[in-house]
Amino acid sequence: MNIASVEPYVTEDGRTIGGVLMELKHITLRFGGVVAIKDISFDIREGEIRAIIGPNGAGKSSMLNVISGFYTPSEGEVWFEGRKRPQMRPYQVAQQGIARTFQNIALFSGMSTLDNIMTGRITRMKSGLFSQAMWWGKAQREESEHRAAVEKIIDFLEIQHIRKTPVGRLPYGLQKRVELGRALAAEPRLLLLDEPMAGMNVEEKEDMSRFILDVNDEFGTTIVLIEHDMGVVMDLSDRVVVMDYGKKIGDGPPDEVRANPEVIAAYLGVSHD
Amino acid sequence: MMPDQFLFAVEVMINGLMAGVLYALVALGFVLIFKASGIFNYAQGVLALFAALTLVGLQEGQIPFAHLINATLGTDVHHFGWQMPAILAILLTVGVMILLAIAIERFILKHLVNQEPIILFMATIGLAYFLEGFGDVMWGADVKTLDVGLPQGASLWVEEKSAVLGGEGFYGFFVDKLDIVAALVAAVLVISLTLFSQYSKQGRALRAVADDHQAALSVGISLRFIWVLVWSIAGFVALVAGIMWGAKSGVQFSLSLIALKALPVLMLGGFTSIPGAIVGGLIIGVGEKLFEFTIGPMIGGATENWFAYVLALIFLVFRPQGLFGEKIIERV
Repeated sequence: MNIASVEPYVTEDGRTIGGVLMELKHITLRFGGVVAIKDISFDIREGEIRAIIGPNGAGKSSMLNVISGFYTPSEGEVWFEGRKRPQMRPYQVAQQGIARTFQNIALFSGMSTLDNIMTGRITRMKSGLFSQAMWWGKAQREESEHRAAVEKIIDFLEIQHIRKTPVGRLPYGLQKRVELGRALAAEPRLLLLDEPMAGMNVEEKEDMSRFILDVNDEFGTTIVLIEHDMGVVMDLSDRVVVMDYGKKIGDGPPDEVRANPEVIAAYLGVSHD
Repeated sequence: MMPDQFLFAVEVMINGLMAGVLYALVALGFVLIFKASGIFNYAQGVLALFAALTLVGLQEGQIPFAHLINATLGTDVHHFGWQMPAILAILLTVGVMILLAIAIERFILKHLVNQEPIILFMATIGLAYFLEGFGDVMWGADVKTLDVGLPQGASLWVEEKSAVLGGEGFYGFFVDKLDIVAALVAAVLVISLTLFSQYSKQGRALRAVADDHQAALSVGISLRFIWVLVWSIAGFVALVAGIMWGAKSGVQFSLSLIALKALPVLMLGGFTSIPGAIVGGLIIGVGEKLFEFTIGPMIGGATENWFAYVLALIFLVFRPQGLFGEKIIERV
């Protein structure tokens, strides 16, 4: 990587993109004989929206799982905030300030919207087991602080009307929104979204795009997202990584990636005549 | 003045309620573990036995593994020679139950992550047999009396106050003081557990783990910590149940069989509901006493042995999720 590219810069719409927040170096991931990710390197810069795209089975979700600690890479290193990350369990990664959503929504379906988003604050809760059990001063004060933070997120995502509804009963689009809310509640440095718009109609997609842009803009949260809808990706992201069969075939700003013949081939197929 | 027959029925009902509280105490341990990990913990009854054995052993100053030590080393040691205050012995036993929870997580659960519930269930059966034998070797197999200073015998106060209700031949209701204590302890336990699970960080984490492992990990919850926590709480509830049952009928192997009585309670109340365990316990307690009192004499008695199970069967047919359980609907 050349030095010039890590200088902070200001985007056309006025957001500041800072230095490198996370760097993935030569990541390889194998499951038995299957190679899901082959020697992929890229970086994620502070404040940017970084998309990972590619056809089905390209290894996009595996990549996200490596970043969030759900998978341990067979080879390669993950650098976060300038330090090499030792092998970590997913909950430890979460405690470092990396929050995520899942492709097939993973919510606590028996709990209300409010409680679901409240669990997102667990990494932010400091009081110990004993004072929690006894419901003493600190724990009580904390609870009301966290409630306030959660209410802010509920307002932000415009889901006030479903605060008390068990999320299992909500329609798909709203469940996706609650899941985003839970991830936001952790006030993450890095937010990972696995197909945040999958299965949504046009209107829901527009809403979700707006929320993603607002999160990035208002809170300055760095976002990595996986998405199938090329139009959405090109509109939202600052830089795009393109994967195919576990390999990186493109990396750069949307316009540049769109013009890349390898990427076009992966998406449309090449004619062999 | 009320007819004697009616007063007897009321007395039977009160005693049924008290017995029901004890059933509920055992069922509570099952519900806690089932809620948090989807495991039906077959070992819950043995856990109560083990807790009671440890409590008696510590209190009386028994040397653990005395028989084993004597047999291998040719020594003749049995007691440390102290008599520990009950409260200290109880606290130490709580400590032992927490250590046990850590060991269970470390040696069993950790290796069975993401396995089918049936496999975890089998593991708890194994755990039950292991603990049963381990308890025997550690503290000896003889029947022990447990005395932590709980009041016992008929409550005179209740007898006197209620005597006025009946005629000359009526001396008031017979209620065991121990049962009253058990009811109070159960009430406190249930209220505090409910508050803990609804409003504390760990309680919320516990419910989160019960609902979805992946999602729980993604918000920064350590599954291992939660498992140790929930088995510790189950161990604590087992200790309370062990104290109540042990004080009533001595600490012996049959204590672990109370787990079987908890099964119909769970079927009635639902496997996932703490209030369900309580209400289920009470219904079974009252139901079996009243049934024995009214129908029993007509069909030769001893109905208490099977009444609960028949009631549970009927429930399974008409309301499989129990009174308070979550109805599980698979979306296809």
